[in-house]
Amino acid sequence: MIQAILVFNNHGKPRLVRFYQRFPEEIQQQIVRETFHLVLKRDDNICNFLEGGSLIGGSDYKLIYRHYATLYFVFCVDSSESELGILDLIQVFVETLDKCFENVCELDLIFHMDKVHYILQEVVMGGMVLETNMNEIVAQIEAQNRLEKSEQMTARVYHTATFISLQGGLSAAPARAVSAVKNINLPEMPRNINIGDLNIKVPNLSQFV
Amino acid sequence: MALKMVKGSIDRMFDKNLQDLVRGIRNHKEDEAKYISQCIDEIKQELKQDNIAVKANAVCKLTYLQMLGYDISWAAFNIIEVMSASKFTFKRIGYLAASQCFHEGTDVIMLTTNQIRKDLSSPSQYDTGVALTGLSCFVTPDLARDLANDIMTLMSHTKPYIRKKAVLIMYKVFLKYPESLRPAFPRLKEKLEDPDPGVQSAAVNVICELARRNPKNYLSLAPLFFKLMTSSTNNWVLIKIIKLFGALTPLEPRLGKKLIEPLTNLIHSTSAMSLLYECVNTVIAVLISLSSGMPNHSASIQLCVQKLRILIEDSDQNLKYLGLLAMSKILRTHPKSVQAHKDLVLQCLDDKDESIRLRALDLLYGMVSKKNLMEIVKKLMTHVDKAEGTTYRDELLTKIIDICSQSNYQHITNFEWYISILVELTRLEGTRHGHLIAAQMLDVAIRVKAIRRFAVAQMSALLDSAHLVASSPQRSGICEVLYAAAWICGEFSEHLQEPQQTLEAMLRPKVTTLPGHIQAVYVQNVVKLYAAILQQKEQAADASAAQEVTQLLVERLPQFVQSADLEVQERASCILQLVKHVQKLQAKDVPMAEEVSALFAGELNPVAPKAQKKVPVPEGLDLDAWINEPLSDSESEDEKPKAMFQDEEQRHTKPRAPEADEQELARRREARRQEQANNPFYIKSSPSPQKRYQDAPGVEHIPVVQIDLSVPLKVPGMPLSDQYVKLEEERRHRQRLEKDKRKKKKRERERRGTRRHSSLHTESDEDIAPAQRVDIVTEEMPENALPSDEDDKDPNDPYRALDIDLDKPLADSEKLPVQKHRNAETSKSPEKEDVPLVEKKSKKPKKKEKKHKEKEREKKKKVEKGEDLDFWLSTTPPAATPAPEELEVNTTVTVLKVGQEEPRGEEQHADEDREQELEKKPSKHKKKKHKKDKEERPKDKRKSKKKVLPTDEEAAEPMENGTLDEEPLPPMSSYTLLAENSYIKMTYDVQGSLQKDSQVTVSVVLENQSDSFLKSMELNVLDSLNARLARPEGSSVHDGVPVPFQLPPGISNEAQFVFTIQSIVMAQKLKGTLSFIAKNDEGSTHEKLDFKLHFTCTSYLVTTPCYSDAFAKLLESGDLSMSSIKVDGISMSFHNLLAKICFHHRFSVVERVDSCASMYSRSIQGHHVCLLVKKGEKSVSVDGKCSDPTLLSNLLEEMKETLATC
Repeated sequence: MIQAILVFNNHGKPRLVRFYQRFPEEIQQQIVRETFHLVLKRDDNICNFLEGGSLIGGSDYKLIYRHYATLYFVFCVDSSESELGILDLIQVFVETLDKCFENVCELDLIFHMDKVHYILQEVVMGGMVLETNMNEIVAQIEAQNRLEKSEQMTARVYHTATFISLQGGLSAAPARAVSAVKNINLPEMPRNINIGDLNIKVPNLSQFV
Repeated sequence: MALKMVKGSIDRMFDKNLQDLVRGIRNHKEDEAKYISQCIDEIKQELKQDNIAVKANAVCKLTYLQMLGYDISWAAFNIIEVMSASKFTFKRIGYLAASQCFHEGTDVIMLTTNQIRKDLSSPSQYDTGVALTGLSCFVTPDLARDLANDIMTLMSHTKPYIRKKAVLIMYKVFLKYPESLRPAFPRLKEKLEDPDPGVQSAAVNVICELARRNPKNYLSLAPLFFKLMTSSTNNWVLIKIIKLFGALTPLEPRLGKKLIEPLTNLIHSTSAMSLLYECVNTVIAVLISLSSGMPNHSASIQLCVQKLRILIEDSDQNLKYLGLLAMSKILRTHPKSVQAHKDLVLQCLDDKDESIRLRALDLLYGMVSKKNLMEIVKKLMTHVDKAEGTTYRDELLTKIIDICSQSNYQHITNFEWYISILVELTRLEGTRHGHLIAAQMLDVAIRVKAIRRFAVAQMSALLDSAHLVASSPQRSGICEVLYAAAWICGEFSEHLQEPQQTLEAMLRPKVTTLPGHIQAVYVQNVVKLYAAILQQKEQAADASAAQEVTQLLVERLPQFVQSADLEVQERASCILQLVKHVQKLQAKDVPMAEEVSALFAGELNPVAPKAQKKVPVPEGLDLDAWINEPLSDSESEDEKPKAMFQDEEQRHTKPRAPEADEQELARRREARRQEQANNPFYIKSSPSPQKRYQDAPGVEHIPVVQIDLSVPLKVPGMPLSDQYVKLEEERRHRQRLEKDKRKKKKRERERRGTRRHSSLHTESDEDIAPAQRVDIVTEEMPENALPSDEDDKDPNDPYRALDIDLDKPLADSEKLPVQKHRNAETSKSPEKEDVPLVEKKSKKPKKKEKKHKEKEREKKKKVEKGEDLDFWLSTTPPAATPAPEELEVNTTVTVLKVGQEEPRGEEQHADEDREQELEKKPSKHKKKKHKKDKEERPKDKRKSKKKVLPTDEEAAEPMENGTLDEEPLPPMSSYTLLAENSYIKMTYDVQGSLQKDSQVTVSVVLENQSDSFLKSMELNVLDSLNARLARPEGSSVHDGVPVPFQLPPGISNEAQFVFTIQSIVMAQKLKGTLSFIAKNDEGSTHEKLDFKLHFTCTSYLVTTPCYSDAFAKLLESGDLSMSSIKVDGISMSFHNLLAKICFHHRFSVVERVDSCASMYSRSIQGHHVCLLVKKGEKSVSVDGKCSDPTLLSNLLEEMKETLATC
């Protein structure tokens, strides 16, 4: 079983927090912090397994993580999971993100946490591995996105209708303009966390996918 | 103004979505908390609006805030609102939020049941999927109970996407609602062979997770998993299965033997490291379970170790880590094989990666021997010095102590060395393990008598330099060692060279800064020292010196009397008074030494840690009983102390009484001596062990052995343990030389052999004699200690509830709650239901007889259950056809069907690969005569338990046993002839199951009627638009389905084929062909047999019991259309008639009143069929009601035919 999946950046800012066991929010934050400190201490060229996050589970649990550019992907799993298998699963997850966001970068995760969750839901369900075939995952995600889009089309018509009825003649344009302005004061967005050379470790695992 | 306000609200409505929130938070780095609380207020406003889109947006933002650590449970109700949105977009948001924040304590969660049920049965697979995913995160026992049946239905959904999710979530359902495990398990097992790899993988996942917690219940699945393991190519599945086998093998060593070969093959063949690693792991588990009695598996061990070495040597740190991890498992049982790789392990100790160093440390534990202990510990000590982080250093410290103290100091040859190591360890800064070191010091000093002199010297030096140890607050952990040092110096003060000096060291003012419990020990041991010094001085007749010491105590002790610690204070005051008294007497020249030493007469023996727990409770003592009646509240305060005092007295006198008995004491001593004599850890070195138990102070009797060491016993500073390493080497060298010399004298004949032997042996442990003769005193235990050592299992373990025997047949009471029957009459239905069922059964054979039979059946089943697995385990994977002898053996095991089967759990299996397993079961009779026909069929427990209907059982049984005395029922079989020629006869039966709305299973019994050997049988059917044969993946519609067995002459066997049916309201026929090769002495011929498979409407019915109250409701509902038939010329009794309808048409009797009965059945697609059967003089009329008129009329037509023959 997977107990928790945490994604945070090099400064410990959580980008995705998914627990499969109930912890109150403050404990969750504590776990994230503790995990971050455990992982931060470690060089990139040492092993990706880590025993003893004292907060989750006991000796049966391991932290298995990967570090990509600015992000750490940490899975907390028990002994029923294969260590190398989970490493590979992280890879599958990240590659799926890459495919769904087209060249994923940290900002994608920041602004689309919900979407990241939806993608994760197709990979892991309730702490158990649901699907490991990336093509299958991506296909399901895309189908759901299509479904959402088709619903939005109808929704937009509806919104415009309410909007007009509310504003009594004002067009929708000003609102759009406001959001355009908001986009401008965004800080610089560095793109591309070069997912390309991710295959640093476990070269023999390609069998999995 | 107004416009502004409107604009503001519009802004909020359209603009602050998740992205805006994130952006806002990023732009308010300084006052983030304030900004967020502002946002939460906005969200609260949004949640109040009616527009679901606005609400969903708000909930989405809340989900983000939840990630940042904000509690959003206050919005639980709004989340449910969003979950129930009709649009997938919003529903998804709602479920995501729910999965992040709902838990068992969320009270509104019970409102979700119906919404989730609705979503689960939604036509859109993504609605269903999203509901399943969400539910997997917040399922509660209530939800699990209410939705179990719905989820179980989804396990057979047409979309694999839903199937796999439904299968996975079942694990969560089982955890929350363990009762669902048994009813759902057959279907889960079926999913192991699902055509979709994702579903298969999910099923494997769930079963592995279940089996991991309670492996023994899943042993019977081993053959199935074995098959999967040898056939699957999915590495995920393989890894899970192999891990599962790792958990199963300890329970069944034979399984291990069977596994070794395929696993070894996988190890050789696979290129995936993860799979290789898991294989190695399981092979290790197998080898552990096989124990050491299997010499021919040394090759497997070698292979594992060798592969692990490759992993460890790999540059990839992950593989290195895992290699070490697995190596430590081998170490436990096969230390020799691992010890060969000591170099590698030591090398890993220097690795830059802490995880790897820690793993290597674990391995070291098993690698030490008498020979290399010193060397390894020396290496570790250098690491201790180098280690930067305290955690790793602490780990090192505990490992050193573990390694040295393991199995009763087995590997230590020189305890002086060990003591000096411990002393060196006290120099560690900031360690948390001071108490560990202290415990070791005490243990060694107490149990190894020969070392006391040395230990005392070291400890006094330690006390002398206590200021170093206890100086900085940072070192607080380490000052624990002073506790040990003080105690050892006091207790064994007779060995002290300079007791006076130590005494002074212990009375320094600095001591008062130590923790209280250490000071207390100081105070106590000061007196022991004092007693020793007094004795020494008085013997030397140095009265003034004795008085000086007393004076010193009188001066220094007050500093302890002022201590804030009660214990210290109390002890100090007592002792101060005592010393003052002594001083008074000394002044009168009274010799005091004897009396003061008498305070500490006798020796303290080590007591085992569990000794107290093991003292048996004396007979007649009830610890829970009140000794006095509990005091009533009205009693006044001052009476209490009296009562308590009485308490104490009573309690104490009881255990004390037997001790007074001298004889008893003597008897116990004898017993203890006996026990010690038999204890392998008790090294019997003292010439007369009984002396130890004499009452006189045992100082003279301690076997102090002369130690001839070149190291001075009184060590001025801290001796470096390294010196001992060198000394030890020299000593061993000397020993070796001596031994070699002796050996040379041996006879010529043995010379060569011994040589080689000796050269091997000088390296081994046994030859290394300990430097001192060491008496490791065993710890004391109470004489009649109970050997109970069971580890109490945690009663709160959630997985214990899942420890359920899955091989037992399902009982009626075990079914998943179905929503329909749970409406108003939930509470009364179950009781009612049982009654008619029992009635129905009792109608047939006599009750007594039946019970007896049932018992027998039960017995047979038990045998059968065991044998099933045994059979599989005892044979090597057999060829497709079992040898005739095996058949013979197995036909004697008669397997009868179980009567009290629960029909809902009936499942048909497309399992077509059971050739190794045989079973006998009743089948179609040929003539209507009593005849015992023995036929072989695939023996599969699943089937044997649930395949045949209760009615079938009942009907077939009397015939089988030939006991038809009363109310004879005509023998019946549901199997009808399909086709027949000179070679083969085919009979078949069609069964549907409620859980699969579009599938039926056709069981075909193939009987070889010729003397040829029939093989390569293949069944093919011309599919119609309505019915299709389920073919193996990848085969076209024209391909046949192979029959998974061969038939020797005269043998019959059953094969099952699954058909997918679209509409079930009409009967239909399918043309088909069975092709096979008949082989006899003259050669082989290719043969064919055509047949017509008839799917009657009846075959789509599934016997379903119905409560009479539910039945009445159903009839009242008015949704059913009606039709009726009447058949004349019936001569059969009403009872038999009903039995016949039940059996052939799969109905169950709801109620029977005289010659009138109501019956019920259900189609696989959920049509209800209700019948009212009335018997007239010579006729029967049947009125039927059904949700589908066509189905009903077809059914009644079929029934008419049956009745016409009565």
